[in-house]
Amino acid sequence: MSAIRRILVANRGEIARRVFRTAREMGIATVAVYSDADADAPFVREADLAVRLPGTTPGETYLRGDLVVAAAHAARADAIHPGYGFLSENAEFARQVVAAGLTWIGPPPDAIEAMGSKLGAKRMMRDAGVPTLPWSETVDGAAEIGFPLLVKASAGGGGRGMRIVRDASELADAVDAASREAAGAFGDATVFCERYLEAPRHIEVQVFADSHGNVVSLFERECSIQRRHQKIVEEAPSPAVDDELRSRLGEAAVAAARAVGYVGAGTVEFVMAPDSTYAFLEMNTRLQVEHPVTECITGLDLVRLQILVASGEPLPAEALSPSITGHAIEVRLYAEDATNGFLPVTGTLREFDIAPGVRNDVGVERGSVISPYYDAMIGKVIAHAPSRGEAAAKLAAALRQSRIHGVTTNRDLLVRILGEEDFLAGATDTAYLDRHDPAQLGAPLLDEAGRRAHAAAAALALQAANRAAAQVWPRIPSGWRNNPSQPQHVVIADATGETRVTYRIGRGGAIDLDVDGERLEIAVHACAADLVDASIGGVRERFRVAATPDSGTVDVDSAQGGSSFTVVPRFEDPSHHVAAGSLVAPMPGSVVRVLVEAGAAVAKGDPLVVLEAMKMEHTVASPTDGTVIEVQVAAGQQVDAGSVLVVVDAGDSAS
Amino acid sequence: MPVLPDRVDRDAPEFAARREALLELLAEHDRQLGLAIAGGGERAVERHRKRGKLLPRERIELLLDPDSPFLELSPLCAWGTSYTVGGSVVTGIGVVEGTEVLVQAHDPTVRGGAVNPFGAKKQGRASQIANENRLPVVNLVESGGADLPTQSEIFIPGGAGFRDLTRKSAAAIPTVALVFGNSTAGGAYVPGMSDYIVMVEGRAKVFLGGPPLVKMATGEESDDEELGGAEMHARTSGLADYLAVDEYDAIRLGRQIVRRLNRQKLGRPPASSYSEPLHDIDDLLGVVPTDLREPFDPRDVLARILDGSEFDEFKPLYGSSLVTGFGQLHGYPIGVLANARGVLFSEESEKAAQFIQLANQSDTPLLFLQNTTGYMVGKDYEQRGIIKAGAQMINAVSNSDVPHFTINMGASYGAGNYGMCGRAYDPRFLFTWPNAKSAVMGPAQLAGVLSIVARASAEAKGQPYDEEADAAMREMVENQIEAESKALFLTARVYDDGIIDPRDTRTVLGMSLSVAHNNPVKGRRGFGVFRM
Repeated sequence: MSAIRRILVANRGEIARRVFRTAREMGIATVAVYSDADADAPFVREADLAVRLPGTTPGETYLRGDLVVAAAHAARADAIHPGYGFLSENAEFARQVVAAGLTWIGPPPDAIEAMGSKLGAKRMMRDAGVPTLPWSETVDGAAEIGFPLLVKASAGGGGRGMRIVRDASELADAVDAASREAAGAFGDATVFCERYLEAPRHIEVQVFADSHGNVVSLFERECSIQRRHQKIVEEAPSPAVDDELRSRLGEAAVAAARAVGYVGAGTVEFVMAPDSTYAFLEMNTRLQVEHPVTECITGLDLVRLQILVASGEPLPAEALSPSITGHAIEVRLYAEDATNGFLPVTGTLREFDIAPGVRNDVGVERGSVISPYYDAMIGKVIAHAPSRGEAAAKLAAALRQSRIHGVTTNRDLLVRILGEEDFLAGATDTAYLDRHDPAQLGAPLLDEAGRRAHAAAAALALQAANRAAAQVWPRIPSGWRNNPSQPQHVVIADATGETRVTYRIGRGGAIDLDVDGERLEIAVHACAADLVDASIGGVRERFRVAATPDSGTVDVDSAQGGSSFTVVPRFEDPSHHVAAGSLVAPMPGSVVRVLVEAGAAVAKGDPLVVLEAMKMEHTVASPTDGTVIEVQVAAGQQVDAGSVLVVVDAGDSAS
Repeated sequence: MPVLPDRVDRDAPEFAARREALLELLAEHDRQLGLAIAGGGERAVERHRKRGKLLPRERIELLLDPDSPFLELSPLCAWGTSYTVGGSVVTGIGVVEGTEVLVQAHDPTVRGGAVNPFGAKKQGRASQIANENRLPVVNLVESGGADLPTQSEIFIPGGAGFRDLTRKSAAAIPTVALVFGNSTAGGAYVPGMSDYIVMVEGRAKVFLGGPPLVKMATGEESDDEELGGAEMHARTSGLADYLAVDEYDAIRLGRQIVRRLNRQKLGRPPASSYSEPLHDIDDLLGVVPTDLREPFDPRDVLARILDGSEFDEFKPLYGSSLVTGFGQLHGYPIGVLANARGVLFSEESEKAAQFIQLANQSDTPLLFLQNTTGYMVGKDYEQRGIIKAGAQMINAVSNSDVPHFTINMGASYGAGNYGMCGRAYDPRFLFTWPNAKSAVMGPAQLAGVLSIVARASAEAKGQPYDEEADAAMREMVENQIEAESKALFLTARVYDDGIIDPRDTRTVLGMSLSVAHNNPVKGRRGFGVFRM
């Protein structure tokens, strides 16, 4: 095999940037492919060359192996890195790449295929002596496994084609249902029954193999904290794994890799019961999202190792005798509303600045648009410290001080998890977020006093922005009056409601300021549109603010956390009034179904319109008993957030 | 660049005493401002609010750009009279959509916003300011018209208000009327003569005669809405250009109108960057004596109001009881004439006349800092032609074309008031410090003059002079003149544009200069500068 000189990354976002970074360090040229939605994304700009994949949906773009190979030829790339997701575990694509004379930076297609069948993989692992959960491929055999058990699609993933069965009587129906779902989703109706562990830990081992017969374990990661079967907090090493267990897990993982003739980076996933017994779950034949925690504790660059191995080189010495230094924790930042069922959120990032001192692998920047077309993960933030507690504290502090505005994220949830007692005690498992209410963990970090302080800073920065933009009297004191009759005021709103800040800036900059009628003892040391340096209650703090009176938003960050406010306009154009009883789209999306017609009588809670956004359905229900007086949308229509869908008149129902 | 030093001794006992005395006057001033804000009083305000209406200053605050400054004019008009302090109307200059505008708002809590003689004078002054400075006018209308008991004083001169509105329009000074309530009879011509009219639905009533008058005049039955409702005017008569759903909406529309006026200032813009004064303006309280007999150096004031405290003094060695020179204030060039030791002699008068001519040559606005007891009297001075010298100064002031700004810092007596650009000499703005006084002469002098004249008259008639009556007369006259020369008395009669806190002097002058620059600043040319 010849040296790789130009890598095309068949992926987007943070992982594309991640691969480019190592490629650049190795002196290898980089090629991006991008959909129309990603035309302005940072990863496209950072690549040496980029090739457009027309369209926006993954099916039109990043999943089109033929287009990706053609792009590699067009840009004269000699290797393809698939990243994770999309085509990364598609054996057919891997074969196309190789057939096209390109280097495939990934495991052999046969290994991908072997691990693609859950059932096949389990058999192979059992034969290789790797512990597996007892399973049965027949309904009759299932009884021996015992309940609860899990009905699983062999070709499945992402929770689809899966059923938990707690009683024998439910089994037959569950198998039928899972089988139907699997056939529909994956084109393969094969299902099997497996022992179901309640709330296990998710432990996975990073393995690496080269084409010279070396297979090495780079230790475990724990990724127990998940929501909707997706990991959100990952760490290495696991607080539940000691050296002895680590070596057994490592041996099992290496055995698994050897069993499929593995080459490259792979992850062997295990479930682990409270008694530390563990069983093979599946093997991921790609670089994992959470690979950075392994990089942090081993000091290895896994992408570099992938490139070396794909070039036919042996694993370097440091990879063959790895060791653990400290502890690393990664969190995944998602554009989603953790307090509202993790509903995905779209929008434009007005501000995006991860605090320094931690590693961040992110695919976005200020101004990036979070579109509904792709995964809602906007990046990962990773802290590495001598101990687990220090890593958690460092990561929490960095997240808290990061500036993220314009799009709701799970940041506050992550910060709370990192400081939560069970988490700090290492008591984590896959049911963590069932025991700890995400609505509470995800609530705004700021307490009431913090929110008031941020509201005050917002008002003062807006004031400064107004003065800075003044065309006349620009340097006359703000809000100056020779006959003061009332203070200045501004009304700002966030998710918790509206806040009225009144203030009067007196002689020498002395400020009288109330937040919702409550006097704040405040002394301002410096005040500009982007920074308010003030003592509140005698404690001095710096508030970084982005106040844009024109767009009507004001974002505040301090050591206490972040707030995003919108400015409530003083005046409302009456032509913009929405008729009373109007139900508006809570998010941008497309109308899937309209369930009522004008004139229909509806009861409170009746579904009226179903929207789809970010691959999730959202039902708009009637807030009241009444009559539908107007339907403004039809199925298939795209709507923006705030568009009126249906108008319900509550008055008529009383009669 | 010559920078004025800080010579104020903040530890001196007289500093503290002066400061205390001035703060006391300011506290009294604040109390009077409170009365103006209170308008028609608690009950009237409550009744007004119950109708869902905003107070005049609330309307103004909403109209203005958020956080922009506002200079209220003549706030203590009618002080000490039988009328409510403020004269039932609020006037001032503010910024709407980045444009300086003159705002007038009736106070409907004071006798329904009816216009009394003092309010009429105040509005006349506001109108003059708009004309001289090319300021668009926004009228926030809600007034029952003329205050009927005083109609004889306002009916005939009051017509000028409507005349001025349309003359403004003729001069391309836009006029906007936002009608919140009654605007009837003659008052109907306020919106009637305006360029843009907004009326609030269900609230604005604009008609010549209300239902009772119509019934009396023609026997016709009618109601308010038919005769002058906002809806009728917007849809039928066409008098209203915009129909607002409520007060907020009217103000929104008012801002929308101003945004499209396409106003451009014709004067030179100020320097884009400049330094603040080096010395603390708060010191002025301890610098300025409330006893007018104590002189103070106006350079200590200039050091606290001019950009960077820089002052290029002109002719410092000649006529030294008048300080003249050039500086800059909030980025605008300015020439200063400031009384230093009260009396104006021939040298000072000639120096002033020459300096005013120079400022006109260089199109530089002029600031007059008054603290004068007048022109020197006495044989020697008369014989050396003090009248001719004073006449030169008054001539120069009267015929100067650059904008003038006058601050009465203390004394403004006799013809010194004229030479130092008193009210009759049409400075663009004239503000008074709370310690200041103005009269034809000092109370003691005036009483003494009367006494001497009376004594001479008695002697001529061979009558005995009643010394006791003389003393009583002198005391009475002294008291009366003293009362009538006080800042509050003068501001009540709109002889200034308001009393200001000395610490606001730089701010108020900065705003005034900016306002004046809506027009080109152009000095009078003709002869060369006469060297006096």
